[in-house]
Amino acid sequence: MVLAPLARSLEIHIKEPAGKEVNPYLLPGELLLCEASTVFKYVQEDGSNRGTYGKLVCTNFKVAFLGYESASDDNEPQFKNKVIGENDITLHCIDQIYGVYDEKKKCLYGQLKKYPEKLIIYSKDFRVFHFCLRCTKEEEVKRIVSGIVHHSQTPKLLKRLFLFSYASAAPNSPDAKNRTVMFDTFKDWHEELERTKGNVKYEVVSVNEGYRVSEKFGVGLAIMVLPFSKCLHFPKNRMTALYKCPNSWMDNSAHFWDTDVKWFSLLESTNWLEIIRRCLKKAIEVVEQLERQTTNVLLIEENASDLCCVISSLVQVMMDSYCRTKFGFQSLIQKEWVIGGHSFLDRSNHLRKSDKEEAPVFLLFLDCVWQLVQQYPPAFEFTETYLTVLSDSLYIPIFSTFFFNSQHQKDTIMSGESHNAQSSPLRLLTVWDWSVQFEPKAQALLNNPLYSEKPKPDKSQRKTTRFKHHRQLSLPLTQTKSSPKRGFFREETDHLIKNILGKRISKLINSSEELHSNFREFYDSWHCKPVDFHGLLLPHIEGPEIKVWTQRYLRWIPEAQLLGGGTVAITTKFLDVMEEVQKLQKQMDEEHSQTAAEDADAVPTLRNSARLSSLFPFALLQRHSLKPVLPTSTWKDLEDEEDLAKRDDEFVDLSGAD
Amino acid sequence: MEEAPLFPGESIKVIAKDVMYICPFMGAVSGTLTVTDYRLYIKSIERDPPFVLDVPLGVISRVEKIGAQSHGDNSFGIEIVCKPLFAFSYKEKFPINGWKVYDPMAEYKRQGLPNESWKISRINSTFELCDTYPAILVVPTSVKDDDLSKVAAFRTKGRVPVLSWIHPESQATITRCSQPLIGPNDKHCKEDEKYLQTIMDANAQSHKLIIFDARQNSVADANKVKGGGYENESSYPNVELFFLEIHNIHVMRESLRKLKEIVYPTIDEARWLSNIDSTHWLDYIRMLLAGAVRIADKIESGKTSVVVHCSDGWDRTAQLTSLAMLMLDSYYRTIKGFETLIEKEWISFGHRFAMRVGHGDDDHAGADRSPIFLQFIDCVWQMTRQFPAAFEFNELFLVTILDHLYSCLFGTFLFNCEQERVKEEISTKTVSLWSYVNSQLDEFTNPFYVNYEHHVLYPVASLNHLELWVNYYVRWNPRMRPQMPIHQNLKELLAIRAELQKKLEELQREAATRSISSSSDRGSSPSHSATPVHTSV
Repeated sequence: MVLAPLARSLEIHIKEPAGKEVNPYLLPGELLLCEASTVFKYVQEDGSNRGTYGKLVCTNFKVAFLGYESASDDNEPQFKNKVIGENDITLHCIDQIYGVYDEKKKCLYGQLKKYPEKLIIYSKDFRVFHFCLRCTKEEEVKRIVSGIVHHSQTPKLLKRLFLFSYASAAPNSPDAKNRTVMFDTFKDWHEELERTKGNVKYEVVSVNEGYRVSEKFGVGLAIMVLPFSKCLHFPKNRMTALYKCPNSWMDNSAHFWDTDVKWFSLLESTNWLEIIRRCLKKAIEVVEQLERQTTNVLLIEENASDLCCVISSLVQVMMDSYCRTKFGFQSLIQKEWVIGGHSFLDRSNHLRKSDKEEAPVFLLFLDCVWQLVQQYPPAFEFTETYLTVLSDSLYIPIFSTFFFNSQHQKDTIMSGESHNAQSSPLRLLTVWDWSVQFEPKAQALLNNPLYSEKPKPDKSQRKTTRFKHHRQLSLPLTQTKSSPKRGFFREETDHLIKNILGKRISKLINSSEELHSNFREFYDSWHCKPVDFHGLLLPHIEGPEIKVWTQRYLRWIPEAQLLGGGTVAITTKFLDVMEEVQKLQKQMDEEHSQTAAEDADAVPTLRNSARLSSLFPFALLQRHSLKPVLPTSTWKDLEDEEDLAKRDDEFVDLSGAD
Repeated sequence: MEEAPLFPGESIKVIAKDVMYICPFMGAVSGTLTVTDYRLYIKSIERDPPFVLDVPLGVISRVEKIGAQSHGDNSFGIEIVCKPLFAFSYKEKFPINGWKVYDPMAEYKRQGLPNESWKISRINSTFELCDTYPAILVVPTSVKDDDLSKVAAFRTKGRVPVLSWIHPESQATITRCSQPLIGPNDKHCKEDEKYLQTIMDANAQSHKLIIFDARQNSVADANKVKGGGYENESSYPNVELFFLEIHNIHVMRESLRKLKEIVYPTIDEARWLSNIDSTHWLDYIRMLLAGAVRIADKIESGKTSVVVHCSDGWDRTAQLTSLAMLMLDSYYRTIKGFETLIEKEWISFGHRFAMRVGHGDDDHAGADRSPIFLQFIDCVWQMTRQFPAAFEFNELFLVTILDHLYSCLFGTFLFNCEQERVKEEISTKTVSLWSYVNSQLDEFTNPFYVNYEHHVLYPVASLNHLELWVNYYVRWNPRMRPQMPIHQNLKELLAIRAELQKKLEELQREAATRSISSSSDRGSSPSHSATPVHTSV
């Protein structure tokens, strides 16, 4: 990597503007731990470093960069997070920290002996921050670098999470009215059973009161909520290696183009899309069992809290249109993941205890849902932006939702904390209160304008299916041999490929496997019919249909954005027409009522879709010009076609022309 | 009823009963096979709904005998004599005459031509200067016909630099041509050098002229040995030459062959991505788009005129100039504009459709065949994917164009150049594809279209943003059905809007007549009633 040298003499020109002290915005309970001034935050563009000077701070919540020159206000992004600014990274969101020493990159952790000239922070939401420390005082460099490394990389105690300092310092505002069902009371479970009635004799039981049966599940019980129950077993260390999208971190535009030439192969080698496809397929298989065979399905996994959560939630999203509304989806996550005992704390490695337990299982689920969202936009009340910010919230330690391994763990620590405090009980925030993160205007972007609302159903028609018998459907992860790191799913997928796909030619003939042929028939016949957005929804799972969630993974890469393009252009057009229709409707009413038309609202909010970025609303990195992005990468070697390349295009017999 | 429906003018050649068709999806289907002078048609009433396979003969790229040779009695061969010039017998009548879509004079007038620097020349009206160019050319005003002939002698197949497009403001131009005949001894041609200087001078905004040679540098060097080559920067002052490193027709043909292999008969889902990668098809698409973006950028931001050529200037050159024009000029992003673009840059400028597609020839593995035009349409499709609201036409429009590139139902893509088409009286003896398309515009209109007028559209030439055109290449696969649910929603919404607009206009008209007949005490109402509803951009 070539880094353009930064003149040391810059130090002379860059002075902290006198009297214009920049101070970080601190949340309740947030403490400033260390800071360094005259830090240069830069991006590499066209081989040069462009950036601004400012102050780098580290608190017990985040690392933040505060530019000396306040950004022009007219560029204020429409979609602003109130908790995390554009240049903030929460400590939990930091993935790796690199130092640059004499143009060489080294990963920083533990005690540092030498301090780097440059600091590169890779965050879990795939942002990359470059800081140059050459103009910073040596003492400050030491403090800030070791501070950031220490506070973000060393193991932490659960009760030291920022969550608790925030909760004790934050004003105890009354509970916002939230329609998300939390599933932490018996009542919630009763109501859920009532809602999904007709599905046999499930009961809410209180056997787990005081977590007598399982510490994994909530107090209200996971007894057969939908027509399937969970049974536990599946090796614990299997879900552990972290998979990353190949283009996830782009140091600079050159890096982008270098990886671009190998994009498809890189993508395939991560297996990420294949895993998504497998999960969706498995979920459809379960749906087939439930819908057609009217068989109850038992999902088995050793800890019942990884793939069980993924598959059971996906099945419900596909079968139950309530789960495709915002509150329904949130309730589903509460039920299947939060109360269902997904080990958020370990899977995100929030405590930095062991990266062996780290695995993006929840992200995998969100990505699967995204596939459905992009295939059937009118079926979901929420947008992909909603899914993206939800995945971001995984790393914001002011919400309790994603910071415990189970409800039991939360209860235990909470009772311990309140004993200590001897005061009013701590009230932890839930992520479902979106007003904590976003102003109403920004929250509007989480709602899908294309969602076709459900017509009021005729309840009397509800069929009551009896389920004949139970069928045990093991998830692929049942082998006991543990897979190597970075082999997340690989063995299982290999296994599946061998067993289900077979060789190319044999695929012409349907597999004799009963399950497989049933599945195919079910899948094909469903796809032959017109889609009912409020009925059963099956995703397309053919290879070409599984796509990369560009907004989630590539949103920080300026090269990846299309001005005036992307699906946002479609949405905009849709909204424009909708607005016109409403306006016309209004005009009609006015004509009818013979009232004088007011011209005040005549001009519709002019959305310039030609200027909107395809990465909207995340295009925070404003491109400096409207110039096109041009590939800078060298052309890939195509040895196999060299002979052809040398052949004449046309019959050019020119030798005689001399 | 297992007989084929016929077009007016179509006649049945053979009918065979109990023919077995082996469908890669449903397995064997038995039915009646009909071969006409246009199509191959199999219908089976065994299934419900009846199974139908309807293939224009022109789309059949090769016919193979199936069955082992040793078992003579079991093997079953079909011999199909391709008479693809069915277009001459096709008699369907359409209300619109598509041959009138492209009028070169009108198109050049739209571009503001002629002007003080560029004239419309009829030097090629008898196709003597260049037999593969159209009759009407736009060349610099000051160039004399004698000099033009000398330039023609110095360019492969006489394809002199002529104007394709001019920027309405900066006057920067895209000109196209074939390679200069520099040869191994570095030949000079004063007239050619002066000619390029004149092209540069026609644009006062820049003191440079950029030449984009579409070929690979190494290939251009090899051509030089054989008498061709590229402009030497020392004999062409102020000229900068760039190679776009795009591979030739043989590489593209091979790439498409590989692509067909991975999508047929089945898709290996688990290895889908690396299989796509191995065909390099999208890599070539990326190269083309990147080249066209560079051309458009030179014109738009550099305000510099650009010359584009490859060897002959009818394959890669046509791809690049037409893509750049599509990026620069929003007119070409409308249905009529796109038809004009194809008529102009491809058909009239002598892209050898007959040769590249192989119409009416039986050399299946012909070295002259290459999916150059398909590749261009694929690039356009990629642009429509990236900018779903910037094009007036929809995917079906592009698929239809490609279908009739092979179907030979229409005369549009027949023959290699204008001279041949004039000789064959194509416009009186065949029907234009645009007659068919323009007679049912609703079918081909993109409901999301917003005219990004004067907006230069730069696609991102990154594999991140390219994808395989599944709805075209894999459409035979019933599992790959196009699904755009919001298209339907929007269409419904647009219908509601139209309805409301109509009702409102009626009401307003009534109100207006009422107010006129009574008295006009409300002065503002007449102007208000005329407010049309605009689509905002």
